[in-house]
Amino acid sequence: MTDEPRFEHPPEEAATSYLADGYSLRSWFLTTDHKRIALLYLVSITFFFLVGAGAAALIRLDLLTPQGDLLSNDGYNRAFSIHGIVMVWFFLIPAIPNVLGNFLVPIMIGARDLAFPRLNLLSWYIYILSGLLTLYVVVGGGVDTGWTFYTPLSSVYANGAVVATIVAVFISGFSTILTGLNFIVTIHKLRAPGMTWSRLPLFIWSHYAVSIIFVLATPVLAITLLLVAAERLIGIGVFDPRLGGDPLLFQHLFWFYSHPAVYIMVLPALGVVSELITAAAHKRIFGYWFVAFASIAIAVIGFMVWGHHMFVSGQSVYASAVFSFLSIAVAVPSAIKVYNWTVTLYKADIAIDAPLLFALGFIGLFVAGGLTGLMLAMLAIDVHVTDTYFVVAHFHYIMVGGSVTAFFGGLHFWWPKITGRLYNETLARIAAILILIGFNITFFPQFMLGYEGMPRRYHVYPPEFQVLHVISSMGAALLAIGYAMPAVYLIWSLLPGGRRAPANPWGASGLEWTTSSPPPQHNFIGQPVVVRQPYDYPLAHPVSRDDG
Amino acid sequence: MSGGILFWPPAASHHAEQVDLLIGSFGAMTWLLTLPVFVLMAWFTIRYRRSRDVNRDHAPTRNLWVELGWSIIPFILTLGFYVWATMLFLDIYRPPADAVPIHVVAKQWMWKFQHPDGAREINALHVPAGRPVKLIMTSEDVIHSFYVPALRVKQDLVPGRYTSLWFDAEKPGRYPLRCAEFCGTDHSVMGGMLIVMPPQDYAAWLARNRDGGTDGTLAQAGARLFRDLGCSGCHGAASTVKAPPLGGIFGRPVALSSGDTLIADDQYLSDSILLPNKQVVAGYDPIMPTYGNVLRPEQVNALVAYLKSTRASKDSP
Repeated sequence: MTDEPRFEHPPEEAATSYLADGYSLRSWFLTTDHKRIALLYLVSITFFFLVGAGAAALIRLDLLTPQGDLLSNDGYNRAFSIHGIVMVWFFLIPAIPNVLGNFLVPIMIGARDLAFPRLNLLSWYIYILSGLLTLYVVVGGGVDTGWTFYTPLSSVYANGAVVATIVAVFISGFSTILTGLNFIVTIHKLRAPGMTWSRLPLFIWSHYAVSIIFVLATPVLAITLLLVAAERLIGIGVFDPRLGGDPLLFQHLFWFYSHPAVYIMVLPALGVVSELITAAAHKRIFGYWFVAFASIAIAVIGFMVWGHHMFVSGQSVYASAVFSFLSIAVAVPSAIKVYNWTVTLYKADIAIDAPLLFALGFIGLFVAGGLTGLMLAMLAIDVHVTDTYFVVAHFHYIMVGGSVTAFFGGLHFWWPKITGRLYNETLARIAAILILIGFNITFFPQFMLGYEGMPRRYHVYPPEFQVLHVISSMGAALLAIGYAMPAVYLIWSLLPGGRRAPANPWGASGLEWTTSSPPPQHNFIGQPVVVRQPYDYPLAHPVSRDDG
Repeated sequence: MSGGILFWPPAASHHAEQVDLLIGSFGAMTWLLTLPVFVLMAWFTIRYRRSRDVNRDHAPTRNLWVELGWSIIPFILTLGFYVWATMLFLDIYRPPADAVPIHVVAKQWMWKFQHPDGAREINALHVPAGRPVKLIMTSEDVIHSFYVPALRVKQDLVPGRYTSLWFDAEKPGRYPLRCAEFCGTDHSVMGGMLIVMPPQDYAAWLARNRDGGTDGTLAQAGARLFRDLGCSGCHGAASTVKAPPLGGIFGRPVALSSGDTLIADDQYLSDSILLPNKQVVAGYDPIMPTYGNVLRPEQVNALVAYLKSTRASKDSP
């Protein structure tokens, strides 16, 4: 306990919040304020989440019966393709970095904005352009390649708007790259005085790691997809064996991007959870450097494990043995984070609010997804369960159970900061628990389906799998209610008369809680100077939730 | 509801039982490592919740040895399973020498099988129980994947290359065969049946299905193609065109004009028929025309089977 101030900055003056700074369309669509751009992203990724969720609903409804009465074979293939493409590139990848990251990276390091505010706006416009093209694909014939675009199916045989889809994903890549570039430069150059690397919040470390992947991996995907489009349009013969190409070359290039892309989706989530756990525990994180460097280790090793998607593809068995080993190694830094979070709760002062419930839910689902990932890294097991529902369940545990739960947790945690409003805590806790239960009912049966031999991407399936599919679909309905609830009470909190949030409703450490809720246009009045370590609980000036 | 429920898939081979044992043991270990974490997490959350007045003094914030311990010990335990899983995996790619070679050709959306003695079938594969079977597989169009859950094995079939896998199904019965790699419109109905028969029944089945005796064995069919397509015109001993002799070529080293040497395997022989300029034998001109647009994969399989059956001699091809 000390009386020394945690952050030195001039006393708060009455400043216009960023939300009150102009109400015209122009003030939103031509804004260069990272906070407003974050909100533009929030609205647009929510829209694309609904598109992807609509496709998922079709899939789950159709799978209620073994013969698939709702859709045709082609219709089903289009539904899961668009579900994957929209969810991966237009929701999961941008969700945490472009909404929470965009809002918080500058504030957490004490900067006025990102390093390139106009570039930040440009990346949103690029995202929207590629998203509109994807919507055109949905209505203009669809695409039936799956989100993986395997050749020569995609480059020669597939029907539908393959080239338009490829161009959309290609364009969206620029948005990702620009965001990554912006974060890297911002974190290097715009940290406030005293914000040394050892004082960076773990959220920033994980966004730094993910930005490296953005910049290094995305160009590989872009070039690979262009080659597929070129082969489809003019038959250049890179992947088509009849023209002397190699179909496996595509898989190597695609997974060289897409495995790191899994970490693109999960690293920011790990950063969010580190913030949620420490804020709820009111305690310094256990093993700061291990947690920070685990993010970097995941980013680096994540580039060397792509071959584990190809154990049955015909790649060299010795290459498979090496990829299997590296895939086990990449699990170590993830495990380190989980252990450190757990010990952080020891002798803590824990506030059991909705963000903590989301964070604990995240840890449980992430551990289940990670351990089944280890099973998939084991060669002899993978040969049986790869390309089955076991894999479907595994990556939904990581991406939905992990990333989406963390996104919701982060949204609840920072909602008072972003909007200046408090939501109904009881409803939020119910939603967190409902999502956890609904998720497990939806996806746990899919592990069983996979081990029993149900291949993925099957529209028509053997009748012995029906009971598990019906359970899964019912779980999906519950999950949908869980996801719809926050939409209601969060929007409700914005209505006139909603409860105002104080600057620091959680009594959390971190620069973002020292400025008003919502923050002023340039985040802080004057330049904050950081004088203490991160997560320096107990706070010098403790504030409770109710003092707003 | 017309469907039922299945709790554990049947295991038709020793390998399948091994995979079950592996995932069971590994699953047990992961529970052993994870359960304490979950229990501690719940216990800490309840014990150290805000409203409770408990001793919170001297909370640790770092400990190098603890960090190293929980990083390294689970990793080493997992490596034990890595070795086990890798050995089991490598077995699938080391067929015994006496394995029955069966060719598989996949196309959108069916499975075609060629038995060495000439029997052919579609979407059903009859094999003898308790005898190793080696599948030599390729695809006519897109990538497919041969998957028999009861055997716990799966292998992609890739156009333009051969992949293989072997199994020894010990328990007679009918086991579903499924395509596991998304291959377009009718992917989900690209199924079939693996029918494991007692050896004497298999022999009887083969005898009934030998195509009425017109084709003979796969190698005999290949020999006829070798004549009909004019291969023997250049590769025959009496030929005036200079083409490499092919008698007994399978499994022998071949020196290429590029300076490399390779062993003539299924892939090389198939490539030489379909993409003759890819690998030209040292000392010969690249004058062979491609048969890529002429031959179906089954015919290439027959030609290769014939070349495998030949012996090096003066008057062989």
